[in-house]
Amino acid sequence: MLEVRGLVKHFPAGGTFLGTRPKGWVKAVDGIDFSIGPGETLGLVGESGCGKTTTTKLLLLLEQPTSGEILFDGKDVSKLKGKDRLKYRQAVQAVFQDPFSSLSPRMRVHDIVAEPLDAQGGHSKQAIRDKVVESLELVGLNPIHARLYPHEFSGGQRQRIAIARAVAASARLVILDEPVSALDVSIRAQIMTLLEDLQKRLGMSYLFIGHDLATVTHISHQIVVMYLGKIVEMGESQQLSLNPQHPYTKALFAAALPAHPDDPRDDLVVTGEVPSALNPPSGCRFHPRCPFVMPQCSEREPELLQIGVFQRAACLLYEDGASADGRAVETAVGTGS
Amino acid sequence: MGEPLLSVRDLCTTYSTFGGERLLRAVDGASFSIDRGECLGLVGESGSGKTTTCVSLLRLLPKGAAITGGEVIFDGVDLLKLPLYEMQRVRGKRIAMILQDPMASLNPLLTIADQVGEPAYFHRGERGATLKDHIIALLQSVRIPSPAVRMSEFPHQMSGGMRQRAVGAIALSGGPDLIIADEPTTNLDVTIQAQYLNMLKDLQRRTGVGLLFITHNLGIVAKMCDRVAVMYGGKIVEQGPVREIYLRPRHPYTMALISSIPKIGSKDPLYAIPGQPPDLATLPSGCAFHPRCSRAFGRCAVEEPKDFEIGVNHRARCWLADPAAPIDINTNGRIDGVADVSASAPASGQ
Repeated sequence: MLEVRGLVKHFPAGGTFLGTRPKGWVKAVDGIDFSIGPGETLGLVGESGCGKTTTTKLLLLLEQPTSGEILFDGKDVSKLKGKDRLKYRQAVQAVFQDPFSSLSPRMRVHDIVAEPLDAQGGHSKQAIRDKVVESLELVGLNPIHARLYPHEFSGGQRQRIAIARAVAASARLVILDEPVSALDVSIRAQIMTLLEDLQKRLGMSYLFIGHDLATVTHISHQIVVMYLGKIVEMGESQQLSLNPQHPYTKALFAAALPAHPDDPRDDLVVTGEVPSALNPPSGCRFHPRCPFVMPQCSEREPELLQIGVFQRAACLLYEDGASADGRAVETAVGTGS
Repeated sequence: MGEPLLSVRDLCTTYSTFGGERLLRAVDGASFSIDRGECLGLVGESGSGKTTTCVSLLRLLPKGAAITGGEVIFDGVDLLKLPLYEMQRVRGKRIAMILQDPMASLNPLLTIADQVGEPAYFHRGERGATLKDHIIALLQSVRIPSPAVRMSEFPHQMSGGMRQRAVGAIALSGGPDLIIADEPTTNLDVTIQAQYLNMLKDLQRRTGVGLLFITHNLGIVAKMCDRVAVMYGGKIVEQGPVREIYLRPRHPYTMALISSIPKIGSKDPLYAIPGQPPDLATLPSGCAFHPRCSRAFGRCAVEEPKDFEIGVNHRARCWLADPAAPIDINTNGRIDGVADVSASAPASGQ
């Protein structure tokens, strides 16, 4: 349904005042490809500065990509004009991390939820009211609450309002940018269950962004791991979480908090911090922190290689030794699909 | 082991609102203890009273809040009875605190060295080269690279992880016996959080300092703590050794919390606790958890459960844990091992 091909976004850094040349480019997103099918959840994981938020902004048409294309139902989104563009914006909705700042404090819940329908135009007042009531009920809120203002709700309820807004717009893809990280533990599970339930009932697709690996792997079908604007690994969620291949993914999962004190933990904790995207390391961007670094890692940039049937990783470790196997699998999958 | 380092008995802290008309019991009869070199996790949702508990220990409560009862015995002395000037010698020297937001707890106008050195300067009377060497050693112990250079930097020149390490160095500077850490890793990235937690654990092993770790994240508890106390509505509803709590939780709230966190690689549906965490101003009658509890029965709404001792160091405030209760209470808990425990626990509790 949604396909992203070679998406690149570079921001100029410094010196743009009055047309002087920028001093450098922040490579926020640097050539990523992924796709989301109908009714599917794609999880996007990575640390701050890896390009998650820029990716969502590009998908929401809030930023223009430097190059690459976003295809929705096979059509290039950046070329959409007028009504078609509006339609795309209807179909792709977002729920943000902080429900205290993503809902206007001056609007009643009814107006918040009805806003995408108003923007769409062509609905009668009664139709809008019915739709709002229906969406509020779907997310587990009492329709009587439509008269209230957001400050009268708790964090979890506000997040439900934000979800109701996406539901009212009949969204086909909902971008969930850390929707549960600002909530209490007991409320988190409520919202997660609600999201899973809504997906089953309405067949929406999700792009779920998060930094809590357990949450992301739980809700997602596919997972994409990003590091400094690049995809380092992607694959089927359970496969990837139980058997991560790229050293960064391994480190990320090793650093994840255990669900139980007896959980076995291999302490593969990477040192250092994420380098600046303004001046990313040469070759593989993870090489200065990588515990398995090889001399060629700083020279050559690895490409995503098929590992197993459901997984791809961008790491030279798999290129040299396993290249014959990797290619064989790739062609097999190519003919199979 | 002898006397615990810190032992809190029946601590009560109330906030008065509406000009003293109404009293909120933010902490209601909290009792726990921490040994030297031990890490106690204090878990709870927002508004459950975990931060107020910790601030009460140091007597740093805001206006309008007062400690109305209980005692805080630290190294044999009741901190609640100490005169203020003696209390100031405890704060920062014997008990240090690490706060949630490193940007808010560091002074942006002072260098890292000034701030890390302050407790050593005042509490230990260190000056000149001794102080400087101490600062470098402290920064090294929290694994800040090239400490001699970084010490003259300002907080804004450091990344979030580095800042939080600097705050850790400040806490260590006075040479404390107990460190209270209030959600120190909430703003950090996953790998940085793991680095920081490993560093704290390592420091604790080396210095033998006691650690009171406040968090809402049960994963951190599983990783860091020896014992855990779960707070709900101002009360500690269950406490015990971490493994015991995970394997044999007795309070339905603890059970629900544990089964509501997703596990990596598992697609099992999560258990969602219905309803909202309670507002301290309108706490339900009886057991504060009963409106959300899947196993509540008549008595829960009427009578407040006592703090029952279930095993060694394991206590729970729930009528289901009452040793006098009939054994055949139905166990529809979702956690493995609950069923066999309810049969054996009353015997061990007597």
